Amino acid sequence: MIETTLADPRLVEITLNGETALAHADATILDVCRAQDVDIPTMCFLETLTPFNSCRLCVVEVAGSRTLIPSCSRTVEVGMEITTESERVANTRRILYEMYASTVDLSLSDDDTRRWMAKYEVKPGRFGEYESHRKVKIQDDLYIRDYDKCVMCYRCVAACGTEAQNTFAIDVAGRGLSSTISTEFDVVLPDSACVYCGNCIGVCPTGALMFKSEYDMREAGSWDESRQTVTTTICSFCGVGCSLDLHVQDNRIVKVSSPLDHDVTDGHLCIKGRFGYAHIQEEAGRST
Amino acid sequence: MPESTWSGATARTSADDHVAYGGFHAAIAQRRLLLPALHAVQDSVGWVSHGALNYISERIPVAPAEAYGVATFYDLIATEPLPRRVARVCDDIACVAAGRTKLITDLEAEIGPENTPNGEGMWVRSPCLGHCEKGSAAFIQRAGEQAITIAPVTANQIAAILDGEPTTMATPPVVASSFAGLARARAMGAEAVREEVVKSRIRGRGGAAFPAGIKWNGVADASGDTKYVVCNADESEPGTFKDRWLIEQDPFALIEGIAIAAYAVGATKAYIYIRGEYREAEILLTSALEVAGDAPGIEIEIRRGAGAYICGEETALFNSIEGFRGQPRQKPPFPTTSGLFGAPTLINNVETLVAIPGIVSDGGDAFARLGTEESTGLKLFCVSGAVTDPGVYQVEFGATTRELIDLAGGAQGEVRAVLSGGAAGSFLTEDQIDVPLTFEDGRDADISLGSGAIIVFNTEADMTAITYRIAEFFAHESCGLCVPCRVGTSLQLDIVGRICEGADTDADLYDLDNIGWVMRDASICGLGHTAANAVESALRIGLIGGKT
Ligand SMILES: Cc1cc2nc3c(=O)[nH]c(=O)nc-3n(C[C@H](O)[C@H](O)[C@H](O)COP(=O)(O)O)c2cc1C
Ligand code: SF4
Ligand code: SF4
Ligand code: SF4
Ligand code: FES
Repeated sequence: MIETTLADPRLVEITLNGETALAHADATILDVCRAQDVDIPTMCFLETLTPFNSCRLCVVEVAGSRTLIPSCSRTVEVGMEITTESERVANTRRILYEMYASTVDLSLSDDDTRRWMAKYEVKPGRFGEYESHRKVKIQDDLYIRDYDKCVMCYRCVAACGTEAQNTFAIDVAGRGLSSTISTEFDVVLPDSACVYCGNCIGVCPTGALMFKSEYDMREAGSWDESRQTVTTTICSFCGVGCSLDLHVQDNRIVKVSSPLDHDVTDGHLCIKGRFGYAHIQEEAGRST
Repeated sequence: MPESTWSGATARTSADDHVAYGGFHAAIAQRRLLLPALHAVQDSVGWVSHGALNYISERIPVAPAEAYGVATFYDLIATEPLPRRVARVCDDIACVAAGRTKLITDLEAEIGPENTPNGEGMWVRSPCLGHCEKGSAAFIQRAGEQAITIAPVTANQIAAILDGEPTTMATPPVVASSFAGLARARAMGAEAVREEVVKSRIRGRGGAAFPAGIKWNGVADASGDTKYVVCNADESEPGTFKDRWLIEQDPFALIEGIAIAAYAVGATKAYIYIRGEYREAEILLTSALEVAGDAPGIEIEIRRGAGAYICGEETALFNSIEGFRGQPRQKPPFPTTSGLFGAPTLINNVETLVAIPGIVSDGGDAFARLGTEESTGLKLFCVSGAVTDPGVYQVEFGATTRELIDLAGGAQGEVRAVLSGGAAGSFLTEDQIDVPLTFEDGRDADISLGSGAIIVFNTEADMTAITYRIAEFFAHESCGLCVPCRVGTSLQLDIVGRICEGADTDADLYDLDNIGWVMRDASICGLGHTAANAVESALRIGLIGGKT
């Protein structure tokens, strides 16, 4: 947020948790909150993607509105009075997390989700314990899809589609609770349009999409983030200059990501940057 | 011979890979043809195979995964092989309330269990088909032949059609209209027409009751060279059949209303999105459009829905026309500035648009003299269930539910419950039955007029089964986009199931209450906002859950 005066036409005055604040006219409520260090949980939102509005965890109260408002996708308006924490908001978020917990395996969800679930004293089994009912899709050596862990945030669909990869290998199929992320007719990934950029893995918040290397290590019980280091480097496969974060455990690269705030990648890579490490390791293995 | 498959060649030629007329944007714009293409394959083959989907994907073009996502969204498009003929038979609450459960038992006896192929035919249960006043209804899809809707229908008839007996739908001939209201509108000028609509104070008849005049001015004032008028004829609220009835009565009145609206807001094209099961109304509208020719002064395209209640929600309807999954969009922006294809769009219900020629001819003031201060004009109500003469009844705003039931010849048997507003509405208390059905009285007394459905249940009706059917409806129709509704409607169904069996706990009732308000408070669209209404009211007035 820019501290300046209302004379600037790009700014509007709002009330955030009882205090007057200035916000950019095209900022979302979430933007303003983040700039003011007001904490708000999110699940489907990602800085680099257009909001899909599916999780509703970011809801806040806006004076005059009959229902709660998703902060990630509502832009501020002059005089908007926003309350980000109240009993109504907290109860709603708690129940939403409880709804998730009864329909999805949240065991590998991100730290943020765990923190908020603890804060709101979420009872995961309230609406029934989640029972696994889908087989993990292991269809190649690069990554796996475990839709038991899928919260239907639509991030992977956006990343595979217009927001990054423009490949459209996956979309939502079906309707309602039985809807799922799928290729056409659920064909295996190698038969789909997938180009293995791994951008869907990069945006997945729950571990539903995972490097095969990570999956295998987790299955073997050898995955240990405390023993991992992250080395940042520039991808050498071509001249674009993508930033790579190499996650290394026991001298082996176990996964590759790219920082969301990197201005070349926005977190997105291609198959060479994402999965080329296997090749490097193989080469290295051969030369020793 | 056509140069490539793009221009109609049956086999791929070398030009296919090298020539792209119009470029990327022209190709993307073709996406709106996706649902019609899926319909075409479904109608001719009976299901959409992987090969057919790939072919459609290539021709439109759209990614196969996206086309699959769209195809699997709709009940009337199958992506697995089905028998050549499938009868979708209404077993919804208005039919049950009218005691029409015999059809289902007859079908079981005559054809066999639901969802089980018998020869080249099969029958399945369907949500309300919107023919409640006519009797038991069936919508029958037939590979290679036109789908038909028949009401009233018997198990014998259905069995014969499933066996392949040729059957066509008899639709009355359409008689040309003079479009006097449209001529008057053109003489007045667009702004004056909008002024009359504002003066009439007519509110939308599709459920949300938004003042039409404000919408019309909003679209007229919005910037943009391309603007659309969309008529919402998706009518899928259980117990609602007024829009179908209006079109069957006089398709020209609707066309005229659309033409006036398009003229008044400066639209460049109009769409009518009609429920896929409304076969007769669709055929009538198609013939009427042919007879009308250029008279409406605007291109009007009919688009068929494909079995999804949510596509009645305006932004889901836009997505459906555009060839995307019929899921709602977050509002704002509102359709008036960013609607169909992102352009300013006026969307109105059939009943709203049919009222327009009269408002233009007689003046907004004349219209506003009828009804009450906030609820002007005449209103259609759909009275169904256990009444002597189920049907569409037109009254001046201000009539009570009891008066409407009397208009329909009174209740059959002893009244046990009345559901107002369809599945999204609520069961009325004894007091509420005498409240005038106006927007203002409804608001004060917590009654939803919704689509104008009034379903009467007598003491023969099994109210636990009815309530369960409503919960089932929402779990089936939730589009699945947002968590409160996707999970909430399904949890609600589980709990209502336990209540019906008398196996519920105190925690269940508490949970149900919590789920209800999270759906109402945090869902994206009206489906989630209203999904708990009927269940909650059934509990409140003791129709289910005798334990509390
Ligand atoms: C789940 C849902 C279903 C709806 N179905 C219909 C429908 O079938 N027909 C209709 O006119 N409006 C329906 N609506 C309301 C529309 O979103 C919209 O408000 C209406 O078409 C506007 O027209 P009006 O102003 O003339 O009423 C539905 C809304 C929701 C949330
Ligand atoms: S790896 Fe890339 S192309 Fe394949 S599904 Fe994921 S985002 Fe799409
Ligand atoms: S697979 Fe991951 S990114 Fe995709 S919808 Fe599911 S949780 Fe979201
Ligand atoms: S409320 Fe229900 S129908 Fe509406 S967007 Fe959410 S999931 Fe879809
Ligand atoms: S973060 Fe806003 S709806 Fe999910």
